[in-house]
Amino acid sequence: MSTATATRPDLPVTGGPGRVARPSRPSAGQVLFWSAAVAVPLLFLGVFFAWPVVVMVGRGFVTDGHLDLSAFAEVFSRPRTWRIVGLTLAQASIATALSVLLGLPGAYVLHRRRFRGRSVVRALVTVPFVLPTVVVGVAFRSLLVDGGPLGFLHLDGTFAAIVSALVFFNYAVVVRAVGGLWERLDPRAAQAARALGASPWRAFRTVTLPALTPAIASAASLTFLFCATAFGTVLVLGGLQFGTIETEIWIQTTQFLDLRAAAVLSVVQLVVVAGVLVVAGRARSRQERALALGAPSQTVRALTLRRPAGRPRGDGHAPALAAAAVTAVVVALLALPLVNLVVRSLRVGDRWGLDHYTALGTTGGALTVTVWQATLNSLRVAVDATVLALVVGGLVALVVSRRPRRTAGRRAVAGLDALFMLPLGVSAVTVGFGFLLSMHHPFGLDVDLRTSPVLVPIAQAVVAVPLVVRTVLPVLRAIDPRLREAAATLGAGPGRVLRTVDLTIAARSVGLAVGFAFAASLGEFGATSFLARPDRPTLPVVIFRLIGRPGADTYGMALAASVVLAVLTAGIVAACERLRAAGAGGEW
Amino acid sequence: MASTSSHPGRSPRSARTRSARTRMTAAAAAALGLALAGCSAIGTSSASDGDATSTSSGTVTLVAHDSFGLSDGILDDFTKETGLKVEVVQPGDAGTLVNQLVLTKDAPLGDLAYGIDNSFASRAIDEGVVVPYTSSAPAAKDAAQYAVGGSDALTAVDLGDVCINTDHTWFTEHGLAEPSTLDDLTKPEYKDLLVVPNAVTSSPGLAFLLATVGAFGEDGWQDYWTKLKANGLKVADGWTEAYDTDFSGGGGNGPRPIVLSYASSPPFTVPEGGTEPTTGALLDTCFRQVEYAGVLAGAKNPEGAQKLLDFLLSDEVQDDIPGTMYMYPVSSTATLPDDWATWAPLATKPFSVAPDEITTNREAWLADWSEIVIG
Repeated sequence: MSTATATRPDLPVTGGPGRVARPSRPSAGQVLFWSAAVAVPLLFLGVFFAWPVVVMVGRGFVTDGHLDLSAFAEVFSRPRTWRIVGLTLAQASIATALSVLLGLPGAYVLHRRRFRGRSVVRALVTVPFVLPTVVVGVAFRSLLVDGGPLGFLHLDGTFAAIVSALVFFNYAVVVRAVGGLWERLDPRAAQAARALGASPWRAFRTVTLPALTPAIASAASLTFLFCATAFGTVLVLGGLQFGTIETEIWIQTTQFLDLRAAAVLSVVQLVVVAGVLVVAGRARSRQERALALGAPSQTVRALTLRRPAGRPRGDGHAPALAAAAVTAVVVALLALPLVNLVVRSLRVGDRWGLDHYTALGTTGGALTVTVWQATLNSLRVAVDATVLALVVGGLVALVVSRRPRRTAGRRAVAGLDALFMLPLGVSAVTVGFGFLLSMHHPFGLDVDLRTSPVLVPIAQAVVAVPLVVRTVLPVLRAIDPRLREAAATLGAGPGRVLRTVDLTIAARSVGLAVGFAFAASLGEFGATSFLARPDRPTLPVVIFRLIGRPGADTYGMALAASVVLAVLTAGIVAACERLRAAGAGGEW
Repeated sequence: MASTSSHPGRSPRSARTRSARTRMTAAAAAALGLALAGCSAIGTSSASDGDATSTSSGTVTLVAHDSFGLSDGILDDFTKETGLKVEVVQPGDAGTLVNQLVLTKDAPLGDLAYGIDNSFASRAIDEGVVVPYTSSAPAAKDAAQYAVGGSDALTAVDLGDVCINTDHTWFTEHGLAEPSTLDDLTKPEYKDLLVVPNAVTSSPGLAFLLATVGAFGEDGWQDYWTKLKANGLKVADGWTEAYDTDFSGGGGNGPRPIVLSYASSPPFTVPEGGTEPTTGALLDTCFRQVEYAGVLAGAKNPEGAQKLLDFLLSDEVQDDIPGTMYMYPVSSTATLPDDWATWAPLATKPFSVAPDEITTNREAWLADWSEIVIG
């Protein structure tokens, strides 16, 4: 199956929700495959997410063996609770709206246009996504603090500071999730609209935007979940006056051990998250349909600042330039805290030097391993987490991309889709403490997983699975069912159709998904901090320990280690893009 | 690969290049697979775990807060002496540690707990997380003076003072006399100069709240904080944010010259080539933090835990504590680093609040504090 077939001109540009002509009776092999494709991810999620969360929340609702729900009334009678719910929704919605508004032009420029240095910029915007919040806190606050380079804005400790930091973290989510689909979108539909006299704006609004809606809804729900469960960002930049459900769960659990209040808040968090997922799911499914997809080679055009000779006015050159300008400003703003970080890591007392980088080969007197060993640990854990996330997330995406004929089947598919998003919307503290309660001799097995290093990549994979699903799924869902029909008519068995149609096309988004999952694993700190054993700490854990020590040397080391984490992430993300580019032409 | 991929699909590729590419991709995938197998953490860890279980009788697990650390080789010396291998688990800060120990008391995370401080000590004892043990180490006599409420379930290992620190350089440059007492901090000349970590989210922050409870009494501290707030107090999230971002004498050259930190912080601000620190601690503003260790109830290896606790009180560990954990050894025979004696003495009369009183009132105090300071 080559790319050319996917965009064969004789296929209509947008297909309706077609039906796959399946044999009336699926073979035993098929049944087995699809059962496993559903069962394996469910088992994984059930054991390593749902169960720990249920055990932890259950602790708060069971007193002396009896179910006690009086905590609800108690927690909701506190005015603070309502304020916290309101703040959570406000922060997450505003940050999500801004991320989408800014991310759309970004997705266009970075995925639909070609220019020198594009891969560098793409990698750069992903870096904030993985930086430990404690480092971003330092990088951000030292810019905003009175007397800092941006001190005149008086943003330190404000709501605006939190929202901008949330956008800083999540811009890449929108760019990558939307860009992944956009770069495969066949431009001919929009071109046809233009040929029929639609303005570029009208063509975008009526043709391109509806086609992108599923990806936008995907990205928005991811961003919302990340924002609604942001913890360090909120505390470091705003403090408790802007406390959210997540920070409150953390305080009630780790500081007060008020499990009843924590359980109520966890349920509230779950309700909010589920509500958002339902809304996003509706927005997605309304617009979701088969799209004509092409290889980036056919859809991506060069970005030129000058209007190409011979092109008339109103040809869409101005909007493209506007998108480029917006993106340039956003990228510059994203780069500011990063540059600040690099500059500070090179500052040794009153002079400049690489001393802090040299010190990474030592334990800095404060660690159990050197920073380089921690980096190696991080990479190893990330490899495991990525493989796990890819297998589980890939299966979920494959199952969820099906469109069963029966309503019940469709509902089940939608439910499965939402289910695997939940790990992003549930507090890391609840999951982390849940692990402690549930992973001692799980299912009567004689292993204590709580302190086992195996649990770290698993915990990270749970968080990375939704990212894989959200990256691969829009591409899978956009496959015209008639492609599968055509393959089946030509005599391909179901397995072969899956391999040659679904897998071939999906494989092209795998590079993106791998990069995303790897980055998420490298930067994961919440659950990891509860689980990491000091003999094998990950890089973010080491950075956290370093920065929590007095002395300019450990501070400098922490910043240098953060730069290493940033460079590593950028490098790996860029490499994964290459992998994808290489895969685009060949068969997988 | 790179050269072709940078110009993807400029022209339809011939079947030959495509098959060459397929081979290359397959080779790359195979190489990747091998690399994955080689660097998997699960793969390597399961092998080493096998070793660990085979000698599990000779293992003692220490559950410590995330600031625990000793110089290289010290725990190896313990293994040489006793034949016991030490595994360390660090679940979080002091508060998180105690709460996790309480939650897991039916199936403890290890054998010995270290890092329970006096603000959480009563909770640990009341919840039955730790069991009585009287160490026979010589330093146990020194530790006894910090015993919590007559219980011998927790043994003091080290201590430190949480104090207001000032940036000498800033005060010299601005020609302003430095404050020295808690009351000074409410004076107009020190308006907008103080930053402290949040008492709810940070353990030194809580310690400073306790210092004011000790200084002004259970009914007086609220007024004091109201005055501090009116005098432009800034609350940062944690010690790191306060010291590294807001404080002018820390790593980040922030705007505020007065910060809450430790009595042991000043020696770390001796500039390169200098002989004196640029910051100092105000010893009349301190709260004493004591860190304890205790044998966990239900420990798999209680004897090993006791041996490890004795080892923590040995001079080898006690001498190492200042350099690695920035706390003062509890042992009177341990030697302090030279610059500590000069630049980081302990307060002679730190403020204190009884541990059981802290346990009873902590939540109410923190709620009041939040209302007054955060709003």
